[in-house]
Order: sequence, then C-alpha cells, then structure tokens
Amino acid sequence: MSLDIILLAMLDGLSYGAQVFLVAVGLSLIFGVLRIVNVAHGSFYAIGAYVAASLGIWIATAGWSPWLSYPAMLVAAILVGVIVGGLLEATLLRRIYGKEQVLQLLVTFAVFMILEDVQKVTWGVKPYFVNTPLSLLGTVNVLGINYSVYQLAVIPLVALCVLLGLRFILRYTRIGRIVTAVTEDREASMAMGVDSSRVYLFTFMAGAGLGQIEGAAVAALMIGLGRSIAVYLAPEFDVLMPYLIMFVVLLFKPQGLFSTLQTRKV
Amino acid sequence: MIAKAAMAALSAAVLAITPASAVEKPKELVIGITTFLSGPASVFGVPGKNAADMLIADINAKGGILGVPVRAIVIDEGAGANQLMSEYRRVVLNEGAQVMLASVSSANCLALSPVAEDLEVPNILWDCSSPRIFEDNKYKYSVRTQAHTGAEMLAAALYLVKNKPNFKTIAGVNQDYAAGRDQWGLFLTALKALKPDVQVVAELFPKFGAPDYSTEISRLQALKPDVVVNTSWGGDLDTFVQQAAARGFMTQSTFVLPLGESSLERLGDAVPAGVIIGGRGDHYFLHPKHLKDAAFQDFVKRYHDKTGAYPIYPVFHMAQAMAALQDAYVKAAKDNNGQWPSKDQLLAAFQNLKFHGLTSDVTIRADHQGLEDQLIGTTIRVPQYPFAVLDNISIYPGALVTTPIGDKSAEWLSKIKPAMASDPSIETFAAAK
Repeated sequence: MSLDIILLAMLDGLSYGAQVFLVAVGLSLIFGVLRIVNVAHGSFYAIGAYVAASLGIWIATAGWSPWLSYPAMLVAAILVGVIVGGLLEATLLRRIYGKEQVLQLLVTFAVFMILEDVQKVTWGVKPYFVNTPLSLLGTVNVLGINYSVYQLAVIPLVALCVLLGLRFILRYTRIGRIVTAVTEDREASMAMGVDSSRVYLFTFMAGAGLGQIEGAAVAALMIGLGRSIAVYLAPEFDVLMPYLIMFVVLLFKPQGLFSTLQTRKV
Repeated sequence: MIAKAAMAALSAAVLAITPASAVEKPKELVIGITTFLSGPASVFGVPGKNAADMLIADINAKGGILGVPVRAIVIDEGAGANQLMSEYRRVVLNEGAQVMLASVSSANCLALSPVAEDLEVPNILWDCSSPRIFEDNKYKYSVRTQAHTGAEMLAAALYLVKNKPNFKTIAGVNQDYAAGRDQWGLFLTALKALKPDVQVVAELFPKFGAPDYSTEISRLQALKPDVVVNTSWGGDLDTFVQQAAARGFMTQSTFVLPLGESSLERLGDAVPAGVIIGGRGDHYFLHPKHLKDAAFQDFVKRYHDKTGAYPIYPVFHMAQAMAALQDAYVKAAKDNNGQWPSKDQLLAAFQNLKFHGLTSDVTIRADHQGLEDQLIGTTIRVPQYPFAVLDNISIYPGALVTTPIGDKSAEWLSKIKPAMASDPSIETFAAAK
C-alpha cells in the first residue's frame, strides 16, 4: 500500500466521516439528554434535504445568485429542527419521556413511517437534485485526483464547527450547563428550578436540525476511514465495514466510546 | 337410476353440441398491475402506472378489448414481498382479475410466477429482467413482453467494442444487490468473450441507495480505467453521475450506463457528450426509426403533456404489455370463431405472438421469452434539449442478442464470437435533428 493510497483514503474517509458525524451528532444529543433512541431521526435528515433541495431549485428558478444556496441549506436545517422537531417534541415525545424503551421505540418508529409518507405526499417519488453547492466552489487536485472543494473542505469544516460549537455551548454557556445538568440528573436539576421540559424541547429541536459529542465524532471518523480503506483495498468489505466497527465498539466499549460505567442509583 | 342415466345422457348431448371453448363475454376485463408506487424503484413504477392509465383510457375510448372495457387494479410492489403476494392473490381471487401484469422487480417476478401457476391466471411479466425466470423454470401462465438482462448487457458490450475498440482497462460500479451483481456479471462475461485481453481494474459494489460515492470516484480516478460501467438506476445512478460530473470524472473515462436512458432528462447538464447509454430495449423518446410514426409522436407528446417528463423505458414496457394483451385476445378470439376466448385459448395466443408497442415489434418465443430489440447510443449536447440526447444510435435485433431457447445466459454469453459486433443485422443511426 503506497503512501499516496493511504493519503487518498484518509481524505475520503475524513469527508465521509464528517457527513456521518453531522447526522450522528443530532441522534447522539437527543439520546444523551432525552434518553430516547429516535428512530425517526433519519426522516428529519431526509426532510431537511428535501427542503434544502426545494429552496435550491426555487433560488435557481427565480434567477437569484447561486451563492444563496449555501444559506438556504442552513435555513432548511433550522426550519426542519424548529417546525418538525418542535412540533413532534411538544405534541408526542413529551408524553413518553421516562416510559419503557419499547414504547419509545414504537412511537418513534410510527413517526418515521408517518414522516416517510409525508415526504411522498409532499415531494413525490422522483429524486431531487441540487448540485449548485457541490459544483460552485470548483475542484482541487490532490495527487492527481480531483476533489470538490465542497467535499474536501466545506463538509469537514462545517462538521468541525458543529463539534467545537456544541462543546463550547455545553461547557461555557448557561443553557449548555443547564442541558448538562438535566442530562446528569433530571430530578436534582428540577429541584434547583430548571424547567426540564423547555430543555428537552430545545435539545430536540437542536438535535433534529443537526449530540456524547466526542463519541459521535470519533465513531463517524472510524466509519469514514474504515469504509474508504475498504473501497481502496478490499471493496467487498465496503458495506460490511460500518457494522464491523459497530461490533468492535460494542464488544470493547458497550457503554459508549467516551462514557464511563455508571453506578445505578438505588 | 333411469332418471340419473337420462340426465347424464342429456348433459353429454349438451356438451357435444356446445363448443368446448365457449366462454361468456365478461362485462369488463379486470387486470391486476403490480408496480412500485413507493420506494426507490417508484422512479420506474410510477411512470409505468401513468402509461397504464393512458393506455387503458385509449383502449376503452375505442370500445375496449373485443368490446369489453378494461379496468385495472394497481398493487404497490413497494409494500414488500409478503404483502405483494397477498394482494396478488386477493386481486385474482376476490376482485376477479382475469389477467395479471407483474412486475418491475425481478425478485417479485420470480416469486409471483409460481403463484400465477397456482392461481391459473395469465401473468404478463411487463418490466422485470432476470434471465432466470424462463431459463431455470417452465411456466404455462407467465409470458414476458420484453427482453432480459442478458440481451441488454450483451448489446451494451457489443456497442462498446465496436465503437471504442482500443480500450484496455475497465472498472465496474454496480449496486450491491442481486440484479446489480447479475448485470455486471453478464456484461463482463460477454465482454471477455468479445475482447479476451480486457483488464478489469476494479469491481465496486456500493450499498444500494448510497448517498455518497466520493470514495468510489476517488478510487476510480486513481486507477484511471479506460472504461467505467455502471448499471445503477434511479437515485443511485443520478447521485453517482452528479458527484462524478462535479469532479470532472465523467470526461476522464468512457462511461457505459446500460440503464442511463431513464435518467438522462433528470440529470440535465451533468451528463457530458461521449457517454454510452442503453434503454433496456429499444426505448427512447427520440427513437430514430419511429420519429415519423404518428402514433409514437402522439403518445410521446400526450405523455409529456400529462406528466411533464418524456417517457422512459418502463412506459414503453407497459405499452408492450398492453399491446400484447390486446393482440393476444384478438388472436385468440379469431381462432375461436370470433367468440370471447377461454383462458387456455388466450395462453395459446401468446405463443409466437408478434405485437407492436410503441417502438419495434416484439415476438414472444415458445419459451415465453420476448425478443425485443436493444437501442444503445452515445450522448451529445444539442441546443433543443436541456439534457443530453443520443447520437450514433445502434439497434440490435432481439433475435441476435437474446440467449437461444434451452441455453443459460451466462454460458451462452461466454461463447459468443467477436464478429457479432459487426453483424449486418445491426442498424446504426445518427442523432435526430
């Protein structure tokens, strides 16, 4: 394996890992604070993509500057987080906090099914494509390979900003400390006067728009690198690689990559 | 005892003077259609249903089939195999469907063909492509009104070696599911028979429905193959091409997209000139042999007016299935002295039936496999369309590229000769101006 191949695989792995992180961080944040495995999280991602594509097509049709497609993606994420995430938390999920995990899984699975149909009714079944953000920044040549700047720089940079931004918010801001307090001990934080319902709503909206943050980042990077190395060296393992990594992590760190074993309160 | 004997004699006498094939003409002909209305394959299933709606309206506007109006019941293949089987049975047994049209998915065709035998219902395989259906089995009730993957992949390989004879290396990027692996396997078998010195530098099978192909594209860019074959379809193909085009990869190698016709309009300017495209049959809205055909033009215009898109191959496949259905009833009735035919007479009429859908005629062979021509072309950009159209179009006769009766596609394709690429029966056309 030449040095070039290793470098190329790392670049591809970094880019793919950044994409995986942007989806996983929301799921992780919701699970970390709300203790809910949100099966419908992928639907938020899909609806966000549809809204972003629709806005992109609208901008192109209206003849506006293609550079507006970048803020349009941010607007799409905020719209989906606030409207879909906020509505869902306030009307449905609030009723199942602290309930059995089976019930939580069933409810979020039902939401997933409903949102899938909402997508079909709203956008139909044809694929939507807006490649403006991908092509607008052009390409850069690395070791004879053309990478799009969007893939190689924008996505990893956005992922890095989200990672550092969330760390900053959770460690150094008042709302972040409240979220951390609710995550650590909901009852004690409520006794101190924290409105946990508002914290849950905020977390769900933020998580739906975009979570142990470091764990999500490292796991995403492992999957990204693992998958790209497989494509370069053993393509047959491409599909298997994420599951293999998940298996290894569950085998050695079942409590999470950066979590420590917790004693149960009696 | 005497009364029973008299009754038996009377029954025998009645049967003797009544033609055995006399079937009462129904008030309506109920047909069941299985197609994808949901899921990724709905990019084919919905156009197929749109075509069925239009074609059935046309048939009924002309008085129906032999004066019997047609009514379709559509079943969503996207609901999953178990529900599909249940619905298929329900439509036949409870709704009284006399003929079934199944399916887009090859897996569903493989599963439903034995069910059609159990239910004794004529079953037209209208879009699926697995060669295994009639190569591994014999079905009385199922017929296929289009080609199979073997013919489609062979035509693409023939076109490639004829038009790009000097290529040395090839890579494949194909969806990781049964059909994706079958397509690549058959293409490669044919190609190695036609050009034994070809070197395969990569065989990639990204996950079905993958949203990102950047690693595969980087890998292929590093390998620099002369030819890249991608048998993907729908959103997978669109995503791959968009991402490859954004990185300038579409012009680095010669791309062969055997199912690309169905994505050309959606892909807009992402497809450059020089890409080899197939249409799963001779299906193309600018078909050079049928552009001046009034019925063809009228249908393309009406379909575009109705849906806002040009017809793609499942539309043409549906037209073939409907044409075969109609012609088989007419032929069977003719053989039955003008009376409504029985089920067996209808099945007999499908044998060696030659019918005209929207493009070239299709013939159903004795093994119930359709002989359908294959159209392959190379993309060019013209000002009239905001997407790539086809030039240097070759049409491969179904009889030339279809695996003979009794042979298995993989075996037969490994024995074809390079001279087949220059067979005089292959017609070539420039782009429609």
